[in-house]
Amino acid sequence: MRLTLRVWRQRHTDADGTMSTYEVDGISPDMSFLEMLDTLNEDLILRGEDPVAFDHDCREGICGACSLVINGDAHGPERTTTCQLHMRSFKDGDTIDIEPWRAAAFPVVKDLVVDRSSFDRIIQAGGYISVPTGSAPEAHATPVPKPDADFAFEHAECIGCGACVAACPNGSAMLFTSAKVNHLNVLPQGAPERETRVLDMVGQMDAEGFGGCTLAGECATACPKGIPLPSIAAMNREWLRATRHSRRG
Amino acid sequence: MAPDLTHTSSYTSYATGEPIADTKAPTGPIAQRWDTRRFEAKLVNPANRRGHTVIVVGTGLAGGAAGATLAEQGYHVVQFCYQDSPRRAHSIAAQGGINAAKNYRNDGDSVHRLFYDTVKGGDFRARESNVHRLAQISVEIIDQCVAQGVPFAREYGGLLDTRSFGGVQVSRTFYARGQTGQQLLLGAYQALSRQIAAGNVEMRPRTEMLDLIVVDGAARGIVARDLITGRIETHFADAVVLATGGYGNVFYLSTNAMNSNATAVWRAHRRGAHFANPCFTQIHPTCIPRTGDHQSKLTLMSESLRNDGRIWVPKAQGDTRPPDEIPEAERDYYLERIYPAFGNLVPRDIASRAAKNVCDEGRGVGPGGQGVYLDFADAITRMGRAKVEEKYGNLFDMYERITAENPYEVPMRIYPAVHYTMGGLWVDYDLQTTIPGLFAIGEANFSDHGANRLGASALMQGLADGYFVLPATINDYLARHPHTAPADSLDADHPAVHEALTATRDRLARLLAVDGDRTPDSFHRELGELMWEFCGMARTDTGLRKALERIPQLRDEFWRRIKVPGTGEELNQSLEKANRVVDYLELAELMCLDALHRAESCGGHFREESQTPDGEAARQDDTFSYAAAWEFTATGEAPVLHKEHLDFAYVHPTQRSYA
Amino acid sequence: MARIIWDSSVGKKTVMAVSGLVMLLYLVAHMLGNLKIFFGADEFNGYAHWLRTLGEPALHYEWALWGVRVGLLAAVVLHAVSAYQLSRRDIKARPSTYVHKRLRTSYATRTMRWGGVILGLFIVWHLLDLTTLTVNENAQPGHPYENVLATFGTWYGNAIYLVAVLALGFHIRHGFWSAAQTLGVGSATRDRALKAAATALALALTVGFASVPVAVMTGWVS
Repeated sequence: MRLTLRVWRQRHTDADGTMSTYEVDGISPDMSFLEMLDTLNEDLILRGEDPVAFDHDCREGICGACSLVINGDAHGPERTTTCQLHMRSFKDGDTIDIEPWRAAAFPVVKDLVVDRSSFDRIIQAGGYISVPTGSAPEAHATPVPKPDADFAFEHAECIGCGACVAACPNGSAMLFTSAKVNHLNVLPQGAPERETRVLDMVGQMDAEGFGGCTLAGECATACPKGIPLPSIAAMNREWLRATRHSRRG
Repeated sequence: MAPDLTHTSSYTSYATGEPIADTKAPTGPIAQRWDTRRFEAKLVNPANRRGHTVIVVGTGLAGGAAGATLAEQGYHVVQFCYQDSPRRAHSIAAQGGINAAKNYRNDGDSVHRLFYDTVKGGDFRARESNVHRLAQISVEIIDQCVAQGVPFAREYGGLLDTRSFGGVQVSRTFYARGQTGQQLLLGAYQALSRQIAAGNVEMRPRTEMLDLIVVDGAARGIVARDLITGRIETHFADAVVLATGGYGNVFYLSTNAMNSNATAVWRAHRRGAHFANPCFTQIHPTCIPRTGDHQSKLTLMSESLRNDGRIWVPKAQGDTRPPDEIPEAERDYYLERIYPAFGNLVPRDIASRAAKNVCDEGRGVGPGGQGVYLDFADAITRMGRAKVEEKYGNLFDMYERITAENPYEVPMRIYPAVHYTMGGLWVDYDLQTTIPGLFAIGEANFSDHGANRLGASALMQGLADGYFVLPATINDYLARHPHTAPADSLDADHPAVHEALTATRDRLARLLAVDGDRTPDSFHRELGELMWEFCGMARTDTGLRKALERIPQLRDEFWRRIKVPGTGEELNQSLEKANRVVDYLELAELMCLDALHRAESCGGHFREESQTPDGEAARQDDTFSYAAAWEFTATGEAPVLHKEHLDFAYVHPTQRSYA
Repeated sequence: MARIIWDSSVGKKTVMAVSGLVMLLYLVAHMLGNLKIFFGADEFNGYAHWLRTLGEPALHYEWALWGVRVGLLAAVVLHAVSAYQLSRRDIKARPSTYVHKRLRTSYATRTMRWGGVILGLFIVWHLLDLTTLTVNENAQPGHPYENVLATFGTWYGNAIYLVAVLALGFHIRHGFWSAAQTLGVGSATRDRALKAAATALALALTVGFASVPVAVMTGWVS
C-alpha cells in the first residue's frame, strides 16, 4: 500500500505546530498503525530528518500510552487503541491525518506526544483505597456480590489513555474520572472513603482545566475499553449523594 | 572516547572467581527462615525514617509496591519511570493471573506445595529459602490486593474464583478476566498515588536511569535523563532499588513493551553488581505468530487459554489444508500424546520446545510453517460459546483484531516467543545485589524462578518483593549504614559522581556524533535475529560460539555506522533507543557466554548436546547445580564467574516429569 | 453545601438540570393552558383570569402568578448563568480544534448552546409580545385570546414562534435525558426508557405549542 500522511509536527510545547505531509510506500495490510509509523521514522532518520515523536509502549492495547487522533477519531476508525489498529482498515492511496490529543489539560510535548499528568493527579486526589501494606484483612472476610464485582471490573478496565478527553468537544475527563470512582465506590472495601473520593476527584478534575460534560457521548464511543456512558450518570449519583452526606464543613 | 566501547575482540573463556559463600539466608527449618530474618534485621526508628531517602527505579508491580510501602513506612522515596505515568509499566500487560497458596478450593494446596511446584517448575535452579518465602507471602498478597479494591473474578457467592495454570495440578491462580496484571498494577499505582499526594513519594515520570553512582563501594544515587528536556541529572539517596524488569528485548521481538530495556541493570552490572543466570530466558508457548519483517513486537495470548484450548498440528508434513478440512484422525494433539498426565498444561518451556519440534519437522501451520493450532472447537461444544466468551472474550477479540481471523470459528495459530527473563542481577536473601545499598526486585533480579518460571508466578514474585520482602530487609541495611555523608551532601563535584555524569554525557554525545548510515532499530533487529537463532529455544556449542564471534563485530559496526538525528537537549526517542541498544549489545554477549558455559539443559535453557533419549532437557546436577553470577570486567573482556552453590534439602532434584 | 455545588462543574450541571426540570414542568402546564384556545375566547380568557385569582382568598390578586414568575425568573437566570459559565469552561478546555474535521461533531452540544440562546431571546420577545404587550401593535390588555390571534396574524409572529418551538423540542430532547444523567438517574438499563420519555416529551410540547399558530394560520381558530 502507498499512503499519504499528514502529521502534526510541533517541536515543543511552546512552539507553533503545523501539518507536514509525507509519503509512505510498501505498507502491508498486516502492519499495525504504529509499525507503519515506524517505517516512516526509519526513512526520516536515514534522510537526516527528525522522526515523528509519538507515545507507545506495550503495543498490546493495555498500557494506554499510544494516543493518536487519526482522521479526526481518537485511536482511529476502529474501536481499539492505536497500537491495535491495523493497516487493513485503510485503502491503498488513502490520505491519513494524524494529530495529537487536543485538550487544554493535555499540553502537547512534541509532535504527537502530550502530557497527561493531569490524569495522575486526579487519581492522586482520591482514586485509591487507603490500606497500607500489611493491614489487610483475610481476603474472604468480605464477600463481594458478583454483580458488584463485575461492575467494578467493567470500570476498572480503563487504561487512562485519554481518548475520552480527546474525543470530547469540551475536553472533559468525566468518563475517566467516573470509571475510577465507580470501580472503587461500588466495592465494600471502598465504602469508607466513598464520599471524599468522589468530591476530591471531581474537584481535581475541575482544577486541571478539563471541561464539563454535556453528554455528547463522544467519549464512550471513542473509549477503547468500552467504559459505558452511564458511568458518568453513576458518578453524578455518587457526587450528589456525597454532597448530602459529606461530613465536611 | 573510552576505547572500551569499541572493543572488537571476542571471548569464549572466562576466569572463575571465589564462590558466593553467604546468601544471608538464615539457617534452620525452612518455614521459619523468613520470621528469623525479620526478627534479626535491625530496624530504623520511625522518627528517623524521614531522614532516609530511597531511590526506586521503575513503577511496575515490584517498584510500585515497594515505593508505596516504603513511603507508608515513613521513608522519603524518589521514584522514576520512563513512561509518562507510573500506571503504564509493563506489568500491566500480564494477563493470566497470580498464584497464591490459599487453598480455597480445598484441593490439597498448601504453602509447601506451592514451594515445591515452584522449585520443581524452575528445574531445580532456584534458591530454596527464597522460594519458600515467596510461597508464604503469596497468601498475604491476595489479602492486600483485595483490600485495595482489585476486582478479582468472583463466584456467585461473592467469594474469589481461581483457575488452574500450566505446570500444577491445583487451582490456585487468582485472576481478573484476562487483565490480572493491569488490575494488580493499578492497585499498586493507586497506593503509590496516595503516597505521592501525601508528599512521601517524589515521582519523576519520563525520566530514565542511565547510570548508577557508587561512592565508597556503596550505591548512593543514579544518573538520569529527563526525557522531555534532555537534561542529565544526578539524584542521591541512602539506597537504590532497581525494579526495572527483564531484558527480553535483547531479542528485539518479544512480548515486552517496546521501551522495556536493560540499561538500568546493565549499568549497575558494569558498576559491580553481579549478573546471574543471564541465559535463563523464558519462551512463552502461546503468542501470536509474526506476520512479516515489519513486526515490531509479539503479542502473548494468555496461557490460561491452554485450560480449554487443545494444541495440535497435522500428522503429515507440509499439510496445507485449512484446519477444518483436516479430519480428526489426521491431527496430532502432540502435547496430549506425549504428556498424558498434564496434557496441554505442561510448563511453558516444555510446551514451547514441543511446538518448535513439530515445526522443525515441517508440520507447522500458517505462513512460513511457524505456528501450531490452539483449537477451541471442543470447548465451545462442551461449554457453549457464551461461556467461552465470558472466560476468554477479550483475548479472542485481541486475537481477531491482530490476525483478522475469528478464533470462535478458525483455530488460533500460536507460536513461542520470548516472554520473561529468569536471570537478572544476583541478589542475596535480602534482595541486595553485590553492591551494598543496591537492591533489585521483581523481574530485574534472578531470584525465585530458577531456570523456568511457572505461569502466574511473576505477578506473585513482583508483589512479594515490593510489598513485603524489600520493605522488611532494606530497614536492616539503612539501620546498619548511617552514611557519614548524608545524601544531600553529595554533589556533582564528588569524583565518583563526576565520573558517572561525564561517562553518561560522553556516551550520548558520541551516539549523536557518529552520524552514520544505520538506524538504532536496524542494529537492534539484527542483534535480535542473531540471539533468536543461536540463543533462543535450543542452543548449541557451535551456535553460541558463532554468536559470540559475531556480537563484538556488530558492536563495532554500531559505533561506526549508527545514525541518531536531533540533539540531546529535547525529546529524542531515537537517542533513547540507541542508548538502549548499546547495552543490549553488551548484555547479549554475556547471555551467550552463560549459555555456552552451562553445558546442560535445564528449564528454559535447552542445550541440544544435553537431552534425554526422548528429547527432554537433561540436567547435570553434579556439575551445574549452581547459580552463575558474573562479575563485569570490561567491555569485550571475559567476565569472572562466581558460583552460588544450590542446596536442595526440601525438594529433592528429580528429572522433571509431566508425562 | 451551596458552595460545593456552585464551585463544581458537576454541581453547576445539577443546577442546570433542576432549573431545567422546573421550567419543563411549567412548560407542560403552559402548553396545556394554551390548548384551551381551541374551546373559544371565553374559556381561554376565563382561564387567563383564573390564573390571576389563583389562591384567593388566601392570596391577593396575582400573588400566585407573581410567585410563579419569580420562581421561573430564578430558574431562567440560574439555568442561563450556569450554562454560560460551563460553556466558557468547555471552550477553554478545548482551545484548538482538530485539523481533520469530522461530520458528527457534537450535534447535541451545539444544539443545546444555540438552542438555549434562541430560547432566551424568544422568551424576551414572548414577554414583550403577550405579557407586557409592548411589541404587539393591536393588543388590548385583558384580552389574551385576541392578542394571541393578533400575534399569529403576522408572518413574523408565526415564524419567530415556530422556530422557537422547534428549538424547544430539540433542547428538551437532549436536555431531559441529559438532566437525568446529571441527577444520576441514568443507567444502562434505564437508558432506552429515558430516551423514549425525552423524545415523547419533546414531541408533545412541540406539537402542543405549534398547534396554536398553525390553527390560527389555517383559520381553525379565529
